[in-house]
Amino acid sequence: MNVPGSMTTLRARVREALGKAPVRRNFRAAMDGIRAKRAAALPDATDFAQRRARAAAIRARALARLPELLERLEQRLEANGIQVHWAEDATQANAIVLDLLHRAGARSVIKGKSMVSEETGLNDALGEAGVAVVESDLGEYIVQLAGEPPSHIVAPAIHKNRHEVAALFQAHHPQREATEDIEGLTAEARQVLRRRFAQADAGISGVNFLVAETGTLVLVENEGNGRLSTSAPPLHIAITGIEKVIERLDELPPLLDLLTRSATGQPITTYVNFISGPRRADELDGPREVHLVLLDNGRARIHADPLFADTLRCIRCGSCINHCPVYVQVGGHAYGSVYPGPIGALLEPQRLGLEAGGSLTSACTLCGACGDVCPVAIPLPGLINQLRAEGVEPRPDSPLPDAGRLRHRGEALLWRLWATIYAHPHRYRWLARLLTALRRLAPRRLGAWTRWREAPRPAARDLHRPGARSGVLR
Amino acid sequence: MTKETHEIYVFGTCLIDLLRPEAGMAALRLLERAGFRPLFPQAQSCCGQPAFNSGYRHEARAVARAQLAAFARELPVVVPSASCAGMIRNHWPALFAGEPEEAQARALAARTFELCEFLDRAGLVLQDRGESVRVALHHSCSARRETRTTASAERLLEQLSGVECLAPAHAEECCGFGGTFAIKQDALSAAMADSKCDAVLATSAERLLSQDAGCLLHLQGRLAQRGDTLPVQHIAEFLWERIA
Repeated sequence: MNVPGSMTTLRARVREALGKAPVRRNFRAAMDGIRAKRAAALPDATDFAQRRARAAAIRARALARLPELLERLEQRLEANGIQVHWAEDATQANAIVLDLLHRAGARSVIKGKSMVSEETGLNDALGEAGVAVVESDLGEYIVQLAGEPPSHIVAPAIHKNRHEVAALFQAHHPQREATEDIEGLTAEARQVLRRRFAQADAGISGVNFLVAETGTLVLVENEGNGRLSTSAPPLHIAITGIEKVIERLDELPPLLDLLTRSATGQPITTYVNFISGPRRADELDGPREVHLVLLDNGRARIHADPLFADTLRCIRCGSCINHCPVYVQVGGHAYGSVYPGPIGALLEPQRLGLEAGGSLTSACTLCGACGDVCPVAIPLPGLINQLRAEGVEPRPDSPLPDAGRLRHRGEALLWRLWATIYAHPHRYRWLARLLTALRRLAPRRLGAWTRWREAPRPAARDLHRPGARSGVLR
Repeated sequence: MTKETHEIYVFGTCLIDLLRPEAGMAALRLLERAGFRPLFPQAQSCCGQPAFNSGYRHEARAVARAQLAAFARELPVVVPSASCAGMIRNHWPALFAGEPEEAQARALAARTFELCEFLDRAGLVLQDRGESVRVALHHSCSARRETRTTASAERLLEQLSGVECLAPAHAEECCGFGGTFAIKQDALSAAMADSKCDAVLATSAERLLSQDAGCLLHLQGRLAQRGDTLPVQHIAEFLWERIA
């Protein structure tokens, strides 16, 4: 599992990402493409506002009754023959999955895309236990071959161009003829993966929505990998966070509609899987066992905090990431976290604590672009700003791990000094007079500011002086 | 209307006060031209945003409280900066939630306007006296999202017959200033400024304008360090220059 860590390591990763000019050019074009698709799929602002009010209300209602809905979900799932497991943290979740695989004697696993399994570091845990895992989502497969974590929650390999993918495929599929053609590359992955689907002892997938009313696991995807991972092997294990539950089946269409439009600009994905149980006696295919691992990993704590509970409304569409001007400069790996971009800057410090994840809140200009596009109206910039406050001036009863830990004496002293001057008109006037009088002595170097920009020079006369004659300005 | 009702407050903002008073002067003159009597309270300093966005809310509140005292009369407060206007309008009510000044902060938030928005609503007529020029208007994120006043700025510029307004690529994207972000993530901030500068230079604009002194300070500083000579101006300064 990656831990974003300190400000110094974040800055180092950012520097590294900024140094890769050709990668950044490709990446920019890819991001522009994905933004254009969303814009075309949601062209009308009023219509979007209505759709998102509805979606946000559905998610908010579900979260308001989370314990009750989870209980109902568990009952319905079990009635459908899906076995439910509860995991408090990553270690427990991985242990549950491993235990299920051991009991089934499974040695090889095919995986559909799952961000929660990235969160638990499942692939590493399985690898250490001698279980072979192959990612079946094309993007995930590519980053797996490259030995990298995903750089985006929806498009894991968006940072790679076809030449890089071709080089990876050549290295890992030596028996196949080399190609740089996109269709050829896709066909190659398809053929390699088909064999894996057929051979796998178990399939592992994520979940987009859990429907309490019917006990259904809903999974959207475009490649058929999710469908195959969950239906070809005899054992299917789904893993997801507890917040993904919604109450009723009829609440699903408005959410799916906004999820796919926000993520990829599609009105609907090629496949929408509704999984409501293992193979029945009269059925020819499908897994013999279906399990769901419900992961907490800090979610219950976030849910209990009235200030930050809205974070859990997130439906993982990645739209905030796609529209983030910081993400588009550096890509997902620079964040060093499982979830990058605005949702990462909001979720990770809460999940990991402010000591480990709090520096991510600095990778944000509070420009607000993320808040504008979020399909469930999470006030991302406001909450990221609130997290900054929790880092240095926490609420007395803040449940956030390591609240207040980002306060540094030097910085705190500077702000106190600033307030001592700016909150007292006479002191501020004195400062203004001093700065304007000594403007020629103003330093040419101002630390991090002048590393990139010329220093501003104080004005010859501050505005207070002509301002004093206001009304007689002629 | 009596003369009394024409009185308005101007909140100059700390950046304009200390670094760009010409923009503040231009704002005062534009407001006069629109028929108002601008009052500039001497006790004003800053809206508190730098500390607020850094998490230091106690300090932000202390500074904001001083402004509540400085702008005590029930007059409109006009701010030649979308980000400071946005701070007062959108964040002061929450900043003072549960404090004795909450009602006062809410009332002040409700009578605060960004300069272009105020001039546009007041129906200021601009007679262009300048030579023809191509400009790029950088929409600050706060003009776009905090105060939603980019259209007002555009309408004012449209009145100027000699001005052609060009839109740079990725105009919706942040320039990378973000207050202390410019220092805490300096390399990232500079990379964002570079994207913005490149896009603006590609438009063949002869001047870069904005409703925000913060963005301008950052972009001007970056352009100068890169050796680019594109002039940068606060929109108030530009508007006044065209009609004076």
